[in-house]
Amino acid sequence: MRVLLSGNEAIARGAYEYGISVATAYPGTPSTEILENMVNYKDNIYCEWAPNEKVAMEVAIGASLGGARALVAMKHVGLNVASDPFLTLSYTGVKGGLVIVSADDPGMHSSQNEQDNRHYARMAKVPMLEPSDSQEAKDYVGIALEISEVFDAPVLLRTTTRVSHTKTVVRLSEREKIPAPSEFERAPGKYVMVPANARMRHIAVEERLERLRQYAEETDINRIEWRDKKVGVITSGISYQYVREAMPDASILKLGMTYPLAENLIRKFANGVETLYVVEELDPFLEEQIKAMGINVIGKEKLPILYEFDQSIIREKLADEKIELKNFLGETQLPPRPPVLCPGCPHRGVFYILKKLKLVVMGDIGCYSLGVAPPLAALDSTVCMGASVGMTFGAELALKENIKGKIVGVIGDSTFIHSGITGLIDIVYNKGASTIIILDNRTTGMTGHQDNPGTGRTLKGERTHQLDLKEVVRAVGIKNVRVIDPYNLEETEKVITEEINKDEPSVIITNRPCVLIVKDEKQNKYRVDAKLCKNCGMCYMVGCSAIYREDNKANIDEIFCAGCGVCAQVCRFNAIKKVGDMDDQ
Amino acid sequence: MTNKVMSIMVVGVGGQGVILASELLCEAAMRMGYDVKKSEIHGMAQRGGSVVSSVRYGEKVYSPLITKREADILLSFEQLETLRWLDYIKPEGKIVINDQRIVPMAVAVGQGEYPDVFGILNRVTDKVYKLNGPDIAQQVGDIRAVNVALVGALSIHLDIPMELWRKVIESRVPPETLDINLKAFEMGRTLMKVP
Repeated sequence: MRVLLSGNEAIARGAYEYGISVATAYPGTPSTEILENMVNYKDNIYCEWAPNEKVAMEVAIGASLGGARALVAMKHVGLNVASDPFLTLSYTGVKGGLVIVSADDPGMHSSQNEQDNRHYARMAKVPMLEPSDSQEAKDYVGIALEISEVFDAPVLLRTTTRVSHTKTVVRLSEREKIPAPSEFERAPGKYVMVPANARMRHIAVEERLERLRQYAEETDINRIEWRDKKVGVITSGISYQYVREAMPDASILKLGMTYPLAENLIRKFANGVETLYVVEELDPFLEEQIKAMGINVIGKEKLPILYEFDQSIIREKLADEKIELKNFLGETQLPPRPPVLCPGCPHRGVFYILKKLKLVVMGDIGCYSLGVAPPLAALDSTVCMGASVGMTFGAELALKENIKGKIVGVIGDSTFIHSGITGLIDIVYNKGASTIIILDNRTTGMTGHQDNPGTGRTLKGERTHQLDLKEVVRAVGIKNVRVIDPYNLEETEKVITEEINKDEPSVIITNRPCVLIVKDEKQNKYRVDAKLCKNCGMCYMVGCSAIYREDNKANIDEIFCAGCGVCAQVCRFNAIKKVGDMDDQ
Repeated sequence: MTNKVMSIMVVGVGGQGVILASELLCEAAMRMGYDVKKSEIHGMAQRGGSVVSSVRYGEKVYSPLITKREADILLSFEQLETLRWLDYIKPEGKIVINDQRIVPMAVAVGQGEYPDVFGILNRVTDKVYKLNGPDIAQQVGDIRAVNVALVGALSIHLDIPMELWRKVIESRVPPETLDINLKAFEMGRTLMKVP
């Protein structure tokens, strides 16, 4: 059967077809849909959202050592979080086949950095496969499992955004029957990585790498496509598609396995062409290794190290084809349309108050990263999941009394559970007095509303214990725990002001769920009374896309208005009222 | 080159249904027996920002992306968003445009002006096909049907039979909205035929 699947959907399908029985992940663009689609196969595959990528990895390792075929998926920066178990997993090896999906994001469409996770394969000394469309994404799950079990190694399946989120035609097959494991096969010399054992296992890792090099020479996922021999291109992943499009006559060495490299095959290809290019997004990962083989190859001297590629970049840089563009717009400047906090977003009121109080705000990863955009512009840092908590404490250590009462950290519910808790323990343990605001919107918002331990539901949609954030923060030693309604600006301002001035640490938790998951009743919408509006512009400062200026008055688009009432509270002329409360109705 | 690839860009604002529209298009092209690729960015784009989805189909498609001067058709859900992608249209390309404005935040707060979109489009090409999507959606009784009405408008420029479109819509929309969506599709298609 032929169907259109995204790379992520195809990986989920591959997990089904190739007998995987445990799959774990923490959501992260562009990897999220792998587990979201894995749920379709929940009768055959146990699947879960873990609290973070490290736990997801550890559950998958346990499943593998227990004898099951397992898969763990994450975005590129997620592998940083999971890198500790990952790097030692290389030493323990596997029992059931284990696939680790790293979805990289060249171009940073939805990420804080552009790291090239191919380096992880080299650092961990594990095999790496890179599919270039959805069919390969599915097929490579099967190949990865086979390599994993034959070579006793975890396998890194590395995708990029344009593979993860591109739909291409895929042929489906049935699920392989893999017998369920019946007992844990003990192998402490292999699984218990105390130094004496680890020293022996490092030898096994190096020997394994040699055998994998031989495999790379023989596998048909590394293949030469001979065409015109004047120009040859070594490439992999999505770049293969751009090269085929831009240079239809070039000979290509397509590498499906990009670590370890097939040196003899590369040498044979290099000897067969006059000019040799390597086309790879981000770092010169292939290029440097090929050059180290003593082979002359052109890569980053012609092609960018930044951002993602497309066929036009290849045409321009390697085939000298430039296109002429006309200036259709003339002098017209197009207003930008960046993503914004939704109308009714519970984060809006908090950021409005943080800006009003002129506080330094240590931010985190989530929808609230959008608090950096004007007019709210109330964010001073975003580094990684969980960082806001420790960074708030650190800035206080640096500035001491100079920043007392002038700084807060903000973090989401899912992010706090992911890795904010440990930062909070640090603040309590080391006698800090930071104020942390947990923007608890009861979902993992930015990645598209995934459940987490705070929502009381699992990935499979079952009810489960709902983690109580208040009890958690009390348990780590926070005495000042306040819950606020972020739609109530007066209360929000009062509580934040009180807590930042205390000599003890505080946690403030907001109590409104994401506006996109709670259906709002219609009578709550707001409207501007044009007779009272003085066009002062205060309501524009809450940064709500439902509010716009027309005929020198503020207006509210009632289709978009979610009825939060934040704008009505900032209006000094009482011109914004609930629909129904207007005088002339 | 015998391998003719059709490249269609679908653009708009997060929440307008751009992705479903391009899904319908892909499904139809696949049922025609073509190789199909569709690419877009998920994640932050769903928060009211600009959205673009690229659809390419033909005998064999390599790159999923449409780069400058490659789009045969630009299907735009919002006036201003059309202007961001003018460089991507082929010199002989067509623009199918929804006659709807969604004012971006910058303009809403008085920084920047909403441009004179049709004035600029007149300078680009005479192949501009305008449809009042919200009007059709209102007539069929569901504001969310704008996207399907626009696919209907797009459909007269493509070599895909009506019967196939009907099957694709049946397979992709919730059963209770099928009648509304089919009606919106047919209205979009019919109105586009009349100059």
